[in-house]
Amino acid sequence: MTGQGKTGDVMLSVENIALSFGGVRALSDVSFDVREGEVRAIIGPNGAGKSSMLNVINGVYHPQQGNISFRGEMRHRMDPHRAAAQGIARTFQNIALFKGMTVLDNIMTGRNLKMRSSLFEQAIYIGRNRREELAHRAKVEEIIDFLQIEHIRKTPVGRLPYGLQKRVELARALAAEPTLLLLDEPMAGMNVEEKQDMCRFILDVNDEFGTTIVLIEHDMGVVMDICDRIVVLDYGRKIGDGTPDEIRNNKAVIDAYLGVSH
Amino acid sequence: MAQSETISGRSVDTFPLLLLRHARQQGNRTAIREKDLGIWQSWTWGQVANEVRALACGLAAQGFRREMNLAIIGDNRPRLYWSFTAAQCLGGVPVPMYQDAVAQEMLFLLDNAEIEYAIVEDQEQVDKLLEILPQYPNLKHIFYDDPRGLRNYRQPQLMSYDRLREIGREFDRKDSGFFERAIGDVKPADTCVMLYTSGTTGKPKGVCHTHAGFIAAARGDVEFDGFNPSDEVLSYLPMAWVGDHLFSYAQALVAGFTVNCPESSETAMNDLREIGPTYYFAPPRVFENLLTAVMIRMDDASRIKRGLFHYFMGVAQRCGMQIMDRKPVPLLDRLLYFMGGLLIYGPLRNILGMSRIRVAYTGGAAIGPDLYRFYRSIGINLKQLYGQTETSVYVCKQPDGRAKLDSVGRPLPGVEIRIAGNGEVQVKTPGMLKEYYKRPDATAESISADGYFLTGDAGFFDADGDLKIIDRASDVGMLADGSIFAPQFIENKLKFFPYIKEAVCFGDRREMVCAFINIDLQAVGNWAEKRNMPYTGYLDLTSRPEVYDLVLKCVAQVNADLAGEATLAGSQVKRFLILHKELDADDDELTRTRKVRRGFVAQKYAPLLDAMYSGQSHCRIATEVKFEDGRRGTIEADIVIRDAKTSLHPAKAA
Repeated sequence: MTGQGKTGDVMLSVENIALSFGGVRALSDVSFDVREGEVRAIIGPNGAGKSSMLNVINGVYHPQQGNISFRGEMRHRMDPHRAAAQGIARTFQNIALFKGMTVLDNIMTGRNLKMRSSLFEQAIYIGRNRREELAHRAKVEEIIDFLQIEHIRKTPVGRLPYGLQKRVELARALAAEPTLLLLDEPMAGMNVEEKQDMCRFILDVNDEFGTTIVLIEHDMGVVMDICDRIVVLDYGRKIGDGTPDEIRNNKAVIDAYLGVSH
Repeated sequence: MAQSETISGRSVDTFPLLLLRHARQQGNRTAIREKDLGIWQSWTWGQVANEVRALACGLAAQGFRREMNLAIIGDNRPRLYWSFTAAQCLGGVPVPMYQDAVAQEMLFLLDNAEIEYAIVEDQEQVDKLLEILPQYPNLKHIFYDDPRGLRNYRQPQLMSYDRLREIGREFDRKDSGFFERAIGDVKPADTCVMLYTSGTTGKPKGVCHTHAGFIAAARGDVEFDGFNPSDEVLSYLPMAWVGDHLFSYAQALVAGFTVNCPESSETAMNDLREIGPTYYFAPPRVFENLLTAVMIRMDDASRIKRGLFHYFMGVAQRCGMQIMDRKPVPLLDRLLYFMGGLLIYGPLRNILGMSRIRVAYTGGAAIGPDLYRFYRSIGINLKQLYGQTETSVYVCKQPDGRAKLDSVGRPLPGVEIRIAGNGEVQVKTPGMLKEYYKRPDATAESISADGYFLTGDAGFFDADGDLKIIDRASDVGMLADGSIFAPQFIENKLKFFPYIKEAVCFGDRREMVCAFINIDLQAVGNWAEKRNMPYTGYLDLTSRPEVYDLVLKCVAQVNADLAGEATLAGSQVKRFLILHKELDADDDELTRTRKVRRGFVAQKYAPLLDAMYSGQSHCRIATEVKFEDGRRGTIEADIVIRDAKTSLHPAKAA
């Protein structure tokens, strides 16, 4: 499954990132890169700074030090809306969907940034807006078909089981047609079958749309199976970076996961 | 009907010619619809004829010839239905296979049917075929409809449907007379389709039907119920099943009605509502699932709605069946039923997607009395039919207004039925099979010298001349004390309870009847929730004493029913247990059509069976299970065995 050579140029690189909340150092001096078209994992024990790292990439947190360059554009701090406009989409560790809205409407919100018509046009649903709305709906239907959630199209999200909500969240992220997709524990709390489905969808997304994917995951089997390269964080520091095979044999990583006698 | 019509001087006697006739006579009417990306897409008969032409030419260009077999594997998709006709145009034989079969089961069928060409739906099926390719290298061409996920597949056998069609169009341009010549070579006596039996007993056998036979059966059905081009059906049952082939393919081509393919199997019930078919066929379990879903939602409704529902269902129970059969009903009941129609039955039919139903059929298994009464009493013309894969399901049907719960109706026009000495039903029908594929021994065994098909079902004609089926002739056995034991009859009675999903009875040549019970997770789960009874899962539920009490009541009720019939009073269920896992086709316990393989179950759970007959109160067992992806695991459980309450025969009790 690991596509050697399918990955291209560096798309995103983070250099010497340091982030602290008051006295707590969440990240210190973390650097790595993500190449065009790869599936990249960030792993590490609880509190290692994985989610913080994702939040730095899409601009929710602003690091005290370091630079982020996305597609050659270097900046010290990223803003969430700018990140989204540049093609970075994400899902959350605890699902962040609109529970009372239907699956379809939730996914439609992912198209928000692509909508061009004015509020007035949208209100009376004529001309440009009508055409636009239909085009967006067609795109959303493609994603629904892709993720096989036709049967819950009109169901309010709050009534769905957890595994399906995760899939809907992925659908919403895909609706933005991202070039870089950040997935925060896409498989947490799922059973084996749901995990397998999710793995297949992630690989399919990577394969069909050529979307670059950065994901955080605890299930080592999954990570080793579907990722091209892995970054390992521990206590906010990078302790490993490489292909699944390299990571499997990395002394520091084994110590961090299995514990070491001091 | 249209039998006398001709195309290029030839009577319309094969499936390809039927298609061409519709393309000519009603070329702009809708032939088939499919919901794709949330929108119903439709194709007219003219478009279908063009698609089939391109596809047939494509197959020919790839080397597909007369008398070759074409495997068709996938959900109900228009393109797969067209593949049937395309293969038939070339004098080839389409062989549909169950899309949920695992790779190893498919290997047997591919090998048995000597498949070299396959048209499949998607990546899932392609993966399965590629998996068995090393064991079956004869498979030379795999065409797929949905390219998703297949971008990086480089196997030389693979080709997309679109590419195949392009090749076909090219081929057609170069040799434009080819298609007509090929169709001209197809004879009514040629094999039109090969359908595999479910393999309840032994390995599946390929049943070969001729164009003439299958068209005659379909034509008989169409005339019997008056199907016409304005009818609509939803095709959602497996294409490999003779029922679907008859209803969604043969009858559609004979009558020219519209076939609708649902978006996916999960959305079928929703799509049913959107389409509102006029003609519907489903095995009893589908009707049962629909009713269970309605009842569960009704339980959650407000008190007023619930009250109205139960009141008017009472009215319907009292007089609905009579009104449907046009029998006299008191005026007050008639008025109440009319009110009920406005308030309850109409909206209910709408929810079920059955507002426009003119004819609905069920068959393949016995239907529960409550179920049957429910549908008929709310104004859905649900009838039963009887037939097999081998007879093109053309044997018996219930005529309008004469539907009875426990019979399967009367012989259809052209059908002759006789009951053999051992009670076996033997049939002579226009839709008779040509032969079992490569099994002259089996063919000789099941067709008598004077041309009757031996169904293997035990049955008899009642006083009204309606056929009643009680069980498989070979399954009807005897208890040690000499009383008759018809296991399926008892199992069906048990399964009519919503809490019991599956039951397997044993007792042949034994001193008493014992039963394995599978509970229905949805129904029992709901029941448990209502009682604030926490449970962790299926295994936990099956071991609860409360659940045992629940099942005990059902068994006692069945025993009371059995006690009422003199011949069967001796075969009451004495002991039972609740199995810790659901019987599953993946574990070979059921056939793909969900019939219990009794012998296999008895062997697999031999320790449980021994424990029951040796009077123990519980038994420990570990069972191997196969997951959908082919991995294996074991479930271990300590299973309780309970004695059931039996009733005395009223005559004896007195």
